[in-house]
Amino acid sequence: MHGFANPARFLRIARWLMPICLGGGGILVGVALGWGLFFAPAERLQGETVRIVYLHVPAAWLGMAGWMGIAGASFAELVWRHPLAAIAARACAVPGAVFTAVCLVTGSLWGRPAWGTWWVWDGRLTSMLVLLFLYFGWMALAQANEASDGGQGKAPAIFGLVGAVNIPIIHYSVIWWNSQHQAPSITMGKSAMSAEFLWPLLMATFGFTLVFAGVVLARMRAMLADQQAEARLRRKAMNKVDF
Amino acid sequence: MREAIDPWTFVIASYVIGVGATAVMVAMSLLSMRRAERRRDAARKR
Repeated sequence: MHGFANPARFLRIARWLMPICLGGGGILVGVALGWGLFFAPAERLQGETVRIVYLHVPAAWLGMAGWMGIAGASFAELVWRHPLAAIAARACAVPGAVFTAVCLVTGSLWGRPAWGTWWVWDGRLTSMLVLLFLYFGWMALAQANEASDGGQGKAPAIFGLVGAVNIPIIHYSVIWWNSQHQAPSITMGKSAMSAEFLWPLLMATFGFTLVFAGVVLARMRAMLADQQAEARLRRKAMNKVDF
Repeated sequence: MREAIDPWTFVIASYVIGVGATAVMVAMSLLSMRRAERRRDAARKR
């Protein structure tokens, strides 16, 4: 992993990996959503609204995975002082927040016909909303840290690690507390879903994950290019100053 | 009495919001990457 700490090596890999992630992810998402929308069957109890699952579940997974990315990068930043770790954490924040918001909105749109309400303050929905607010707080803190400290402060990394406590709360909320939300249908190596729903769901989840990875790589490339441009301009300005 | 709800309205709204938000995020990430790399290249040439 430390081999990727070198920005030049990272950029060499990101240049060919990013289009593969975005292109492959886009194709998989297109096929999976078309399959889910037009060819997968309606569910016996929920009818056509079950088709929202092909967006809602990948968005929920990526909302949580985004924060795990921030937490992992924060750990690498604090323990190994990995030069790309803070950039990776910042790159995960926006896509993580976008997918968390998509999860909340599609869940609400699914809840109205399925439960008869747009929103309930139960454990799963509330902990997911808390995750969205954690993203907003983390992004504000990272921006303030960049403006005041040139990104050298450790506060965002510590916040990233502490905020990860919400991830198991989201996961186990439907087991620990009574909830409108159903219990997990897919666990390690087991699925309560029939294959006709499961395959398009797995394909959509994999496709959105590739798109997420592509966005993170694009954002990391943008941040690195910004840093390199700043450093070069500063060096040139220093050379012009006569002491 | 149950109100009549057309499920397709909710399904289509979900797809428009989910796919739209993802597409906007991808486009903005690519644009900001291009802009930043062009700025870096310009700084190198100066």
